[in-house]
Amino acid sequence: MHQQRLVVVGNGMVGHRFVQELLALHPDLPAAGLAVTVLGEEPRPAYDRVHLSSFFSGTRAEELSLVEPGFYERPGLTLRLDARVASIERRNNTLQLADGEVLAYDKLVLATGSYPFVPPVPGRDRDACHVYRTIEDLEAMQASGARSSSGVVVGGGLLGLECAKALRDMGLRTHVVEFAPRLMVVQVDDGGGRVLRSRIEDLGVQVHTERNTVEIIDGRQARHRMVFADGSWLETDMIVFSAGIRARDELARQCLLAIGPRGGVVIDDHCRSSDPDIYAIGECASWNEQVFGLVAPGYDMARVAARHLGGVADAVFAGADMSTKLKLMGVDVASIGDAQGRTRGALSCVFTDELKQIYKKLVVSADRKRLLGAVLVGDAAEYGTLLQMMLNGIALPEAPEQMILPAADGTAKAGLGVDALPEGAVLCSCNGVTKGQLCAAVADGAHSIGELKSATRAGTSCGGCVPLVTQVLNAELKRQGVEVSKHLCEHFAWSRQELYHLVRVGGIRSFAELLQRHGKGRGCDICKPVAASILASCWNDFILNRDQARLQDSNDYFLGNIQKDGSYSVVPRVAAGEITPEQLIAIGRIASKYGLYTKITGGQRIDMFGAQVHELPLIWRELVDAGFESGHAYGKSLRTVKSCVGSTWCRYGVQDSVGMAIRLENRYKGLRAPHKIKFGVSGCTRECAEAQGKDVGVIATERGWNLYVCGNGGMKPRHAELLASDLDEATLVRMIDRFLMFYIRTADRLQRTSTWRDNLEGGLDYLKAVILEDSLGLAAELEAEMAQVVGSYACEWKKAIEDPAVLRRMRTFVNSDAADDNIVFVRERGQIRPATEAEKRERFKGIPVVAETV
Amino acid sequence: MTVMTAPAAAAVAAHVPAAAPAVAATAGPVWQPVCALDDIWPDTGVCALLGGRQIAIFRLADDSLYAIDNHDPNSGANVLWRGIVGDLGGEPVVASPIYKQHYRLRDGGCIENPDTPLATWAVELRGGTVWVEA
Repeated sequence: MHQQRLVVVGNGMVGHRFVQELLALHPDLPAAGLAVTVLGEEPRPAYDRVHLSSFFSGTRAEELSLVEPGFYERPGLTLRLDARVASIERRNNTLQLADGEVLAYDKLVLATGSYPFVPPVPGRDRDACHVYRTIEDLEAMQASGARSSSGVVVGGGLLGLECAKALRDMGLRTHVVEFAPRLMVVQVDDGGGRVLRSRIEDLGVQVHTERNTVEIIDGRQARHRMVFADGSWLETDMIVFSAGIRARDELARQCLLAIGPRGGVVIDDHCRSSDPDIYAIGECASWNEQVFGLVAPGYDMARVAARHLGGVADAVFAGADMSTKLKLMGVDVASIGDAQGRTRGALSCVFTDELKQIYKKLVVSADRKRLLGAVLVGDAAEYGTLLQMMLNGIALPEAPEQMILPAADGTAKAGLGVDALPEGAVLCSCNGVTKGQLCAAVADGAHSIGELKSATRAGTSCGGCVPLVTQVLNAELKRQGVEVSKHLCEHFAWSRQELYHLVRVGGIRSFAELLQRHGKGRGCDICKPVAASILASCWNDFILNRDQARLQDSNDYFLGNIQKDGSYSVVPRVAAGEITPEQLIAIGRIASKYGLYTKITGGQRIDMFGAQVHELPLIWRELVDAGFESGHAYGKSLRTVKSCVGSTWCRYGVQDSVGMAIRLENRYKGLRAPHKIKFGVSGCTRECAEAQGKDVGVIATERGWNLYVCGNGGMKPRHAELLASDLDEATLVRMIDRFLMFYIRTADRLQRTSTWRDNLEGGLDYLKAVILEDSLGLAAELEAEMAQVVGSYACEWKKAIEDPAVLRRMRTFVNSDAADDNIVFVRERGQIRPATEAEKRERFKGIPVVAETV
Repeated sequence: MTVMTAPAAAAVAAHVPAAAPAVAATAGPVWQPVCALDDIWPDTGVCALLGGRQIAIFRLADDSLYAIDNHDPNSGANVLWRGIVGDLGGEPVVASPIYKQHYRLRDGGCIENPDTPLATWAVELRGGTVWVEA
């Protein structure tokens, strides 16, 4: 079979998406007759340029990567990095690389993206003058930032303001210089620009509008002096140009493809250039005389081109809606459709609140029936609703101004009913997910927002559509008759979160009281452990007292982990995995005495298996006497804080990770939560403790500690996300206190932090606002609640062995000192293991049975 | 291959050979005292060893008593006395601590798996002592 040689020039976000789309169509490239070569000019594969600014808040280059490990290592696919194309020879379908190598192609896809436009100002090439596009650009900016005390961003658009945030985060006195009379001239109008400007200036960034830079020369107080057309000037140590982008079409120009009036490779609705063998997608393409500088239309083009190449001609690119919503330095800004009101006869309706710095404008058609556009600054909560109204031509309500006015009586505003949306309405524009696709996924069993996200990709990029997606989910579940009840079980018509609140606020300290005041019946194996966990999180009473013992799962009831044969395993706490030789010997001696199987756990401690109920108190006694405490391996509670050896021994470590891990483990040990919690502490960015796979991950930096949250290993691995950088120890502990208590307060039953985070409306930004900025005003309360739990810690094993009433219950038989003869072990590799059923039958044939002393 | 049994509390090291206990009670069920009521905390269970049989005895909050097999046929382990007691639709049940199937305390029926019912025993409170007919 003839192999079709397909060459993709560019491995940015769109070029990579094209390969993904192609693989979705042809999972086996050689079988489809395809040999694909991807040429990337940068030294690393595709990464997330949309979130580039997070590089300055500690996200590392690898974390921005969009390429899963091994993605390009499959038959029929080759990725070549540091490979710049010098020229294209269309007459013989070849291209030449910068190093002279010649490659032949049958089909070529240009995904070369764009470059930052730098105004042709004399002095623009001076030292410490930058652009903002690649990770290399950012590294150069960081280097300049380290030897600067002030910085200027030229350009007050979307990227310019992001860039200004980066400079401010580096601790520089920051200025934005804009040629136009307002910020974000494309997206917002004068009124919105005014509010945006005052918000940005409140954050300590100086804004200079209507400034045309004519030259950059040596400064007196600072490195540069920027001279403006009106004769005024501004001195600064570094300059970043962010004055818009231009399509990277130089290859297309060189080989004489048609070029659009504003630059860019001219493409048709199938993304084909004027040469049928060459496609162009993303920011290097010009469709209908427009170059799209957003990622969503680029992704759409990638999909269309991949399908057309595969012989599917039905897919067409039909332009893109350029509505955007973003958060710039914490300020919500959204622009929808005809934001400037340029449509003939358009009418507008404006709400301004200069006290709260909020600006909202609707642009309405001349017949007052349709929404044409909108601008939202300071509060963009209505974005999803308004966008869908505009996109789908939904009739305006009687009084459209109500949609942007604050509710007078504090009641929630009537949103747009998702039922009004057509099936084809694109709700997630980043990933092109329609309402119809969401409904289908719900019908296929995605019944939570987390499941719906992973089934459809909706809401996984910018997250702006999550509220609407949630509405669709709830509406569909209701329609399909699926119980959307958050009721815990038949005994409590409340969610876990609501029960937590009732217990905390009502000062409820027993299950009997909770049941009597808020439930019915006797309770069950769902609600009892939840109640036990909530009572423990709130009041931290001994879990085996007469009221609470009966609520506990078997593991908590016997302070051990039940195994398949009904025996238990016992795990003493080994904080941070640090253990003395004497302690190791003690564990060995005790395990040997009781004939237990021992194994090192994934959490850096030692698990001892094969204890029967009546042996547990004996083993606890010996462990407690040897200085150990319960490790809570049995509880939905803090398990371990895993650590690497850190700066004490390791030649790379920058902080004492073991010491930190021990302090954290001792602080949070015994804390009961909706599910188990694991921590990791690494002493440097090599991350040997795998902290980013933990619920709470702490990684040492030169300046302190980075805090990561909501990671998970196990069945559904999830990388933790950076919550805050370079914290000192006191701040780190405070933030963890708040995070854990907020999780305990709001999560569902048996919901790990990772699932909780995936279901959190507002996502990471919301979490950051609550934990770091105290947006809910809860921080002091959360810290106080944690202080109470920390202050009332007691080792549960020790309490159990000191309590005769509890000890009396730790018997295999209430009327006999016998052991359970169904628990049978055989030897394997020098230790015991449970016998199989066949081995047990063999044993009962002839061998005498266990002692019985009634 | 060495086969061992787990040690009993009274004889950690030495296993005293004894007659196979299941053979001991052959004369039909008889009422036997098991423990004091106070040995069973409300809404929990204990396990009695009666004639070689393991019987799980539960005391509910209203002091009503139930006795069912301790052996959980869904896991093959003798664990039911350690399950959480509660009710489903008003019917008193215990949930197996291994795989969480629910067994009705009144008749031993398994809600999730009707093929695995349990035997039940008569149980009574006589002057502060729990008696089982087994």
